[in-house]
Formats: sequence, structure tokens, C-alpha cells
Amino acid sequence: MTDHKDTPELISGPDSLRVFEGLNRGMSRRNALQMLGLAGVAAAGAGSLFGSAGKLFAEEATAGGKGKPGGKIRVAGMSSSTADTLDPAKGALSTDYARHYMFYNGLTRFDKHLVPQLELAERIDNVDATLWTITLRKDVTFHNGKGLSAADVVFSLSRHKDPLTGSKVMPLMEQFAEIKATGPNEVQIRLSAPNAELPSILAVSHLLIVPEGTTDFNKGIGTGPFTVGEFKPGVRSVAVRNKNYWKPGLPYLDEIEFIAIADEPSRVNALLSGDVHMINEVNPRSTTRIAASPKHRVVDAPSGNYTDLIIRQDQLPGKSPEFTQAMKLLLDREQVKSAVFRGFAVVGNDHPIAPGSRYFNTDLPQTVYDPEKAKFLLKKAGMESITMPVMASPAATGSVDIAVLLQQSAKQAGLKLDVNRLPSDGYWSNHWMKHPLSFGNINPRPNADVMFSQFFQSKAPWNESGWQNDQFDQLLMLARGETDDAKRAKMYGDMQTLVHDHCGIGVPVFISNIDGVDQRIKGYDSNPLGGFMGYMFAEQVWLDA
Amino acid sequence: MNSHTLWLICRRFGAGVVTLLIVSMVVFAITAVLPGDAAQQSLGQFATPEQVAALRLKLGLDQPGVLRYLHWLMNLLTGDMGQSVSNAMPVGELMAGRVPNTLMLAGATALVSVPLALILGIGSAMGRGGRIDSCLSFITLAMVAVPEFLVATLAVLIFAVNLGWLSALSYATDITSPLQFLRTYALPVMTLCCVIVAQMARMTRAAVIDQLDSPYVEMARLKGVSPIRIVLRHALPNAIGPIANAIALSLSYLLGGVVIVETIFNYPGIASLMVDAVTNRDMALVQACTMLFCAAYLALVLLADLCAILSNPRLRNQ
Repeated sequence: MTDHKDTPELISGPDSLRVFEGLNRGMSRRNALQMLGLAGVAAAGAGSLFGSAGKLFAEEATAGGKGKPGGKIRVAGMSSSTADTLDPAKGALSTDYARHYMFYNGLTRFDKHLVPQLELAERIDNVDATLWTITLRKDVTFHNGKGLSAADVVFSLSRHKDPLTGSKVMPLMEQFAEIKATGPNEVQIRLSAPNAELPSILAVSHLLIVPEGTTDFNKGIGTGPFTVGEFKPGVRSVAVRNKNYWKPGLPYLDEIEFIAIADEPSRVNALLSGDVHMINEVNPRSTTRIAASPKHRVVDAPSGNYTDLIIRQDQLPGKSPEFTQAMKLLLDREQVKSAVFRGFAVVGNDHPIAPGSRYFNTDLPQTVYDPEKAKFLLKKAGMESITMPVMASPAATGSVDIAVLLQQSAKQAGLKLDVNRLPSDGYWSNHWMKHPLSFGNINPRPNADVMFSQFFQSKAPWNESGWQNDQFDQLLMLARGETDDAKRAKMYGDMQTLVHDHCGIGVPVFISNIDGVDQRIKGYDSNPLGGFMGYMFAEQVWLDA
Repeated sequence: MNSHTLWLICRRFGAGVVTLLIVSMVVFAITAVLPGDAAQQSLGQFATPEQVAALRLKLGLDQPGVLRYLHWLMNLLTGDMGQSVSNAMPVGELMAGRVPNTLMLAGATALVSVPLALILGIGSAMGRGGRIDSCLSFITLAMVAVPEFLVATLAVLIFAVNLGWLSALSYATDITSPLQFLRTYALPVMTLCCVIVAQMARMTRAAVIDQLDSPYVEMARLKGVSPIRIVLRHALPNAIGPIANAIALSLSYLLGGVVIVETIFNYPGIASLMVDAVTNRDMALVQACTMLFCAAYLALVLLADLCAILSNPRLRNQ
């Protein structure tokens, strides 16, 4: 007798794809949910939700066409310093993530619709979304020849809970009450409270699997598609094809040299002169130059990354709901999209879920630019002629330009804003969330639960606007334990409404990632998680020279 | 070389050590007042207070600044430059990876720029007031007035992107043939030359003109010595002092001030290492870089003074 059941809330890649495309075609949320429900039933009936690894490869191969083995490419990221690290736990920047996916694998892996697929895990079962059992693949070895075992997984996950590890996801890992090996290839995770989204948490780059007892991460010993040929922090890394990779036929490339060029025009020049094959973080202004070159193309990937106006709810003037509402009305979203991001953005609706992603609430009315109404609200709050400083910094992408636009529109409502342009250096530790009006920037998160838990829960350390909403907190907890996807979607929809109506966050747009790619690179796709195919290009692309 | 010169070297050396000590104190104090510390920078935007506290304890940042400074100084005296806090590598190792690159770039630039500057300077001095002089003056002044990032970016656009002759990036590691060396170093060297040639050429011109106005040159001219011989044999040796000083100043810039060129050409030199170190509040690395820049500067200035002394018979035989 066993209570174990498969995870009905998880849907397989093709199902998700159908729904995703359906939503993009304008399918109503209700239809989408019906579809998801059916998929869940069908999958549960089939006994396994995840296709076998072999099936997964077949899908990928048919999706992109068969890749061609061989070749060396050079890739330039946007930032590099002596703080570059091959320790997945410490990964801080796109450059780090891209390297980590070359050398390591996770238990699960995001597909291009952010649905988790099995990777090192062969099977994931759960009891009430609280007690999770992960069965590992048996044919996997690390670069040093050691076989993958449960102890490695326990080590890789447990180390995040030690403050000294300096893990970037430590708050996320607090829910992991117990992580233990229950067999040579079986790991059991007990969560402190139900969380049906565990498989997608396991797919984040910080939770990639390293061998047990690793202390020197500069060697980059993992199970990934490439081995470390050279790693010099702040200079470059050379990834060499792992001949013993456990996925047959992958990766295609023989070698990837990964460097970083911090200066954006130089990065574009390096691409156009043929010195590098791939760059990320292209400025929208440079896209015309790349598009004009017959040898290169621009890859525009809508993402969940947003720069937001933070209106602190625990200080004046944000304490006044009218003021908060007025500020949201003063964000001219279309102008921000066209003037600041040259159209490479998607208009946001003051909550963190991007249009087109899972659980996006399509029924919520869009906030539109309305200085007249804002003026009325400010007058009602008795704040029609106050002067407020607003903090912006290049550290939060585009925030200085957005602040200047906001300053202009605020003038029409009688509000005087002083834009304080602060340097990037030290912005996050000294200014972010610390002023009545400031800007933040939040990178895409793996799922709605992580996003809401980290940035909107009342007690979250990064509750940017300091809002307190009991109803929201309750919904968040309920949604975690809810294994019926339709009900969860309804809860996440309601949470978006609450954030939209009451939270002190103005999300003008979601910023697209723009990559510049050499035409000879094939198999290149986009991923909402970030540029470079969600940092996971290494395994998938090939050179058609 | 006599005892007087030796004494001068010793005195300069002693003063250099004191200068280095003062500079290290000032740098330490300035870095300490920068917002945020190594723990916060390393943990980033989403650090929890608990993690920051733990990392501070581990890195010893909980101790008072004076203690940390003394600790660093004691270690330095035993030859230990400390560990980088951002990636736990020894500072010596990090520096060793970058110093040869910087020396290579500085050396290549010096080899091109110093002869060029001398020729331009002497040429202008000889044709003083003439068409060549005003033309050269105009060009050198224009070059020094244009910021180097503009020169570098334009050069990349023309020679790398449009013409495709040269590489837009410079690597210090992948060089196997002289042609490759030329392709790699041509653009950064050219950019740096634009910056430093002008200063050196102007100084050379002024120093040589100063000598050309003196009575002994007039005497030589009256005796019918050829103009080239007057400049090279009589005026130039007497002008070496100021010229050497101008060259020393320019070269010390090459050793630590070329961060823009390093950034644009993605050249892994010591200047960008220092920028990283400051951004990460990596105290040991900041100090090591500063000490290196400062020491190189003092050494070059000392060398220039020695040149001036040795080239002057009156001082040499004092």
C-alpha cells in the first residue's frame, strides 16, 4: 500500500506548448485550464508525467533539426570580474549562469516555456506536495569519473542552508526541512510546508549538482556537457566537449570560449567583426546595426525581467493609497516601451507575472496612463503640490530614463519629482527599497510561487514596497499546497489582482532580452529566463560552417 | 657613477618606501569609506543579513579598520600579499596572470611611441615656426584632445568591423605568429600612441628649442656645423633631462591608467583588475595594485632623474 502518486499539477512539455500557443492565439484562461486539466488526467493515466530521456531528445531533435557535431565558437557575455565563479551557489550574473550550465546539470531542467523537465532525476514522486522522492539516473558520471549518487545530491542541496556558503538562493532553501539519501540513487526531501512547484525550484542554476565534498569549485567538476579546459576569473573560460556525456549525441560543439565584454558597443563590434559568434544584452539602439549585417541576426526573447517603481507603503507619501494609485497612473507604459526600450519590451500591469507566462491573469484590466485621474487622486490625498525625490540608477536597467519620463508626466499632474541619479556601485545595498520612491530591477524567477514568496509576501526580506496583505499571504500558502492546477491558476490570478490593486509596485514594462547571433549558429532559440537561451545554449547549439 | 649618485639613489629609495606606506594608508582609508563592504558586494542584491554577518566574520571584516590594516602590513612584510576575497585566490597569483599582459602592451606601445615622439619633437624643433612645425603641432594637439574611447571605438569600427583587417578584441594568450601579434596589438597600441605621443613630442620640442637658443649652439652654427649634427650631437644630449621625465610620466600612465583601452579591447591587464578589486571591495587586491602602480611610478621617475644626472657631465662628475 502506498500513498505515492504522480504529480498531476505538472504538465509535460508538449502539453504546455499547446497551452502556451493557445494563450498566445487568444484562448481564454478557462479553455486553457480545461486543456491543462485533461493533460493532467492523461498523464496520470499514463503513469509518468515526464517523457523518458530518450523521448525528450527525440523531441528536441525534431524541433530544431539534427545538429552537426564539431566546431569551436567564442561567446561574449556582458560582465566579468575577478568575482566570476564556477560555484553554482554563488552565481550572480548571466556570465556565471551560462558557465554553470556548461559544466553542471540540475535534477530538472527548464524547457523553453519554463516547464521543468527531468534531467539528472529519472523520476520525481510526492506525497501531498510535502514529501518528495527523487530517483536519480544511474548512468551518469562526473568529469572526474565518479558516478553520480544520492550523496552528491544531498550535499549539493544542503550546502545552501549554511550562511557561509554565500548561496544566492538561501531564503528559497529554508523550506527544505530535511534532505536525506534513502538509497544509493534515491533522495528524499521533506518540505516544511507543501510546495507543488518543487520540480521547477530544482531547475534553477544555483541548485545544479556538484560532487560531494567539493571545496575547490574552480575545477568545475560536474556532470555537464562540457569540461573545464581553462578558467581564469575576469579573463575567460574554455569549455571542452565532455566525451562521456550521458546524453547520447550531445553536445555538438567541440569547444566554447567564453569571455565577457562589458562595454556594449565593443561587444556589438566584436560580433560584427566576426571575433565572437554570440553576444547577449544588446542595447535596443544597436539592433539595427546587427540586423543590417547579412551575417548576423537579432534574437528578441520576451522575458519576465522588469524594472519597477517602488512606492514604500510604510512611509509617507506611499501610505496614502491615492498617492500610490496616482503614481501607477503616471507611468506612461507605451512611451517607456517605445522610447526607453525601442519596442523591445512588453507592457506590464503592476504585477510581476509577464503576459504569456504560466498563470498570467488575462482578466485583469490594464492600468493606462491617465494624468487627469492622477491629478484628481493627488488632490484628494492633499498632495497635489508636493516635491518628492525619486532614486534611480543604471544598476536598475532603464530606470534613469523611466524616472525622467515619469518626472515629465508627474508635472502634468502637478507633482514635482526630483530625479536622483545614483551610481550602480553600492545601489543595491544602500538605496534599493530604502527611499519612499525608488527603482528596483527583478530578474525572471522560475515560477510564480518563487516570485511572490521572495518579493511580495509580507514578511519577505525583499518585499520591495513593504506592503502588508493577509489575504495575499494566505492565498500564497494555499496555492503552494494546492495540487489541482485549475484552482492554483485561480489563486495566482487573484494574487495578481491584489498586487495590481494594492501593492506599492509599478511595473511599466517587462524588458525583452536581446541577443546577437552569428547566422552560422544553428539550434538557437529563446527562453523567458534570460538571454543565451536562458543561459542554457551550450548543450543545444551547433556551428554550421 | 660616484658616491653622490649612489647616495641619491639610496635617499630616493627610502623616500619611495615611505611614500608607498603613506599611499597604502590613504587607499585603505578611502576604500573603507566606500558604501558597502566585501561581504555585501559578494552576496549581491539579494543577500540576507544572516549571510552578510557570517561572511563578514569569515573574512575578518568585523574587526576594526586599523587592526585589519596592520594585519595586512605585517603579512606584506613577510611577502604574503593576502587572498582575494571575491574568489579566494592568492593575490600574487591574480597579479602574476595580469602583469605580463600589461608589460607587453606597455612595452609594445613604448617601442612605437617613444621613437615616434622623439622624431616628431625634434622635427618640429628644427623647423620651428615653419609649415611642418605648425602642422605637427596641430596634429599632436588634436590627438591629445580627442578622448581615447572615441579613438578606440572609431578605429575598431573602421579597421575591424568595416575593413576586417584587424581584430576587434585583444588577447594576451592566443598569439602564435608575428602576424597574429600585429593583428592583435595594432589597434590598442595605436590608440595608446595617440594619447601619449603628443605629450612626449611637445616636451621634446620645447626642450630641444630651449637648447637651440643657447649660445653654444649659435657658436656651432657659426662654425658651420650641419643642422642635423647640431641637434643630435650638441642640443639633444643636453635636453635629455626633461625628455626623460616626459617619457617616464607617459610610461607610468601605460602601467596603470589604460583601463579604457583594456575595457574596449577586452584586454586582461592590471588596470581592469584594479577596477574589479574596487568594485568588489577586495582590499588586499586594491592595495597590491596600488602598491604596484605607485612603485612603478617612483621607479620610472627615479630612472628619469638618473638619466638627467648621468647625461650631465657637471652633475655626473660632481
